[in-house]
Amino acid sequence: MAKTILEFEKPIIELEQKIEEMRKYSDNLDIAEEITTLENKVNQLRESIFANLSRWQRVQLARHPERPYTLDYVHHMLTDFVEMHGDRRFGDDKAVVGGFGRLDGRTIMLIGQQKGRDTKSNLYRNFGMPNPEGYRKALRLMELAAKFNKPVVTLLDTPGAYPGIEAEERGQAEAIARNLFEMSHLPVPIVVVIIGEGASGGALGIGVGDRILMFENAWYSVIAPESCSSILWRSWDFKEQAAEALKLTAPDLVDQGIVDRIVPEPPGGAHRNHEQAASILKKILVEELDTLRKIKPDKLVKTRIEKFAAMGAWKE
Amino acid sequence: MAWFRRSKENIVSQGKKETPDGLWTKCGGCGEIIHRRQLEQNLFTCAKCSFHFRVGSREYLNLLLDDGSFSEMDKKLHSTDPLGFVDTKKYSDRLKETMKKTGLTDAVRTGTGKIDKQPVVVACMDFAFIGGSMGSVVGEKIARAINKAMKTRHPLIIVSSSGGARMMEAALSLMQLAKTSAKLAQLSDAGVPYISIMTDPTTGGVTASYAMLGDVNIAEPGALIGFAGPRVIKQTIGKDLPKGFQRAEFLLEKGFLDMVVHRKEMKETVSKLLSLLAH
Ligand SMILES: [Zn+2]
Repeated sequence: MAKTILEFEKPIIELEQKIEEMRKYSDNLDIAEEITTLENKVNQLRESIFANLSRWQRVQLARHPERPYTLDYVHHMLTDFVEMHGDRRFGDDKAVVGGFGRLDGRTIMLIGQQKGRDTKSNLYRNFGMPNPEGYRKALRLMELAAKFNKPVVTLLDTPGAYPGIEAEERGQAEAIARNLFEMSHLPVPIVVVIIGEGASGGALGIGVGDRILMFENAWYSVIAPESCSSILWRSWDFKEQAAEALKLTAPDLVDQGIVDRIVPEPPGGAHRNHEQAASILKKILVEELDTLRKIKPDKLVKTRIEKFAAMGAWKE
Repeated sequence: MAWFRRSKENIVSQGKKETPDGLWTKCGGCGEIIHRRQLEQNLFTCAKCSFHFRVGSREYLNLLLDDGSFSEMDKKLHSTDPLGFVDTKKYSDRLKETMKKTGLTDAVRTGTGKIDKQPVVVACMDFAFIGGSMGSVVGEKIARAINKAMKTRHPLIIVSSSGGARMMEAALSLMQLAKTSAKLAQLSDAGVPYISIMTDPTTGGVTASYAMLGDVNIAEPGALIGFAGPRVIKQTIGKDLPKGFQRAEFLLEKGFLDMVVHRKEMKETVSKLLSLLAH
């Protein structure tokens, strides 16, 4: 697969390639010094570019085709992962994956939306857009986790719930609503992580929990910037403005009282180093779960409901 | 059954698409020209083809509740434009204009009332207020109505009509889906009944939260009910949608509604359910 390079990544990648070239001749001491200088330069460049990303550029990073997806985190974070399939009602949705596995030696239930990386796998995963059976599979697995007193971790990464005829026939809205309702009072800890795209109800459908974490370059909102542009500006051309207006980045969501903690990404974004991204997340998850594990179920549920009940802004 | 009575209080223009406000109105179903008085007598439904006109919360609360029993709560709650949202116009201006035009403060009114003398807590949406969209105010008013229902142990009734979450409050709007559903889980755990009434249209975030979570789910005939809007689905699949798709009768057939009830029988039906659950 051809490497995807975003416009603002170009100067960084070019410089990195130059350094790579020079390394081939690194026996030469003079060049070694020059390499160090260039490395400092690329680090500074990367830092300054990433410190000044627009909201739209972050959306692009969140959608980067090389970004780690749910199964990449499973691979790098968990041991003994056993994937489980099906909602026991209609079928098995490939856009949602889940199963038991061990995080730092302890059993958790991990559930996430799953995108594909090429045309074939994207068709198989329906571009990460769940149907009702995906939400129902997720709920079945969460209830299974609760039955055996295991905590739940959900990874959000979807461009939205699938808008299709069959999805509506099988109750897309009911499936999402039911999950919000049941997740609210599930008697085990739930940690939610927005790893990439958090598009609307489709993402939120597995997104109610005790702690809401969000990767540095993920986005989360009620609508994708393009769709927002098409509705409010009546044109597809205002996606950058829409992204700004929606305030959909991790720091924005912390300000809005929705996200509890930002998960830092490796230099240049999570797509540059899957293993490192996963190890950062793993460490944070272990920490969060250790804290949540000590809270009694009724207190946990009460606090969770109060947390969501406090969200919003109004005056009277 | 309750007869719709017009009082000075409920003569409020709800905007052009909403409660018909001219003397004569063309039926959206069969094209019949109907006189205002006749329309009111029929609770804003067509006597010939049963087409249900969109009505505002005033009209709906009037037809659902015993006369004079409604006592509104949280009347002053209003949006603060938390994100300073601007598209082709400012959200704050949009709010001001809509308030002026509709006489409402947001897209839902909540309160207590009685149905055939049975006390209830009620929330009723107004599609005329920015497409009945759910933002922080709608979420908070519903949450407070649920608190009231838990405290009094009186059944909760929510009448929905909404295009979904309010875009201008972005993620905060999205969180109202979780907020209202979480509060309903609490209400459910407390064993207090909740009846959801869906009117035309009930789509997006409202359907994907409280509208679909009733202990009893009721819809009006012909109401459009769904998650994705028909236009979006059509665009995605590139095909025409089947006739009757996402209409109340379709959802009944697919198993997501308990019943489809004509507006003229709504009060009687809800009353019967309340009585069955209480005694
Ligand atoms: Zn008619």
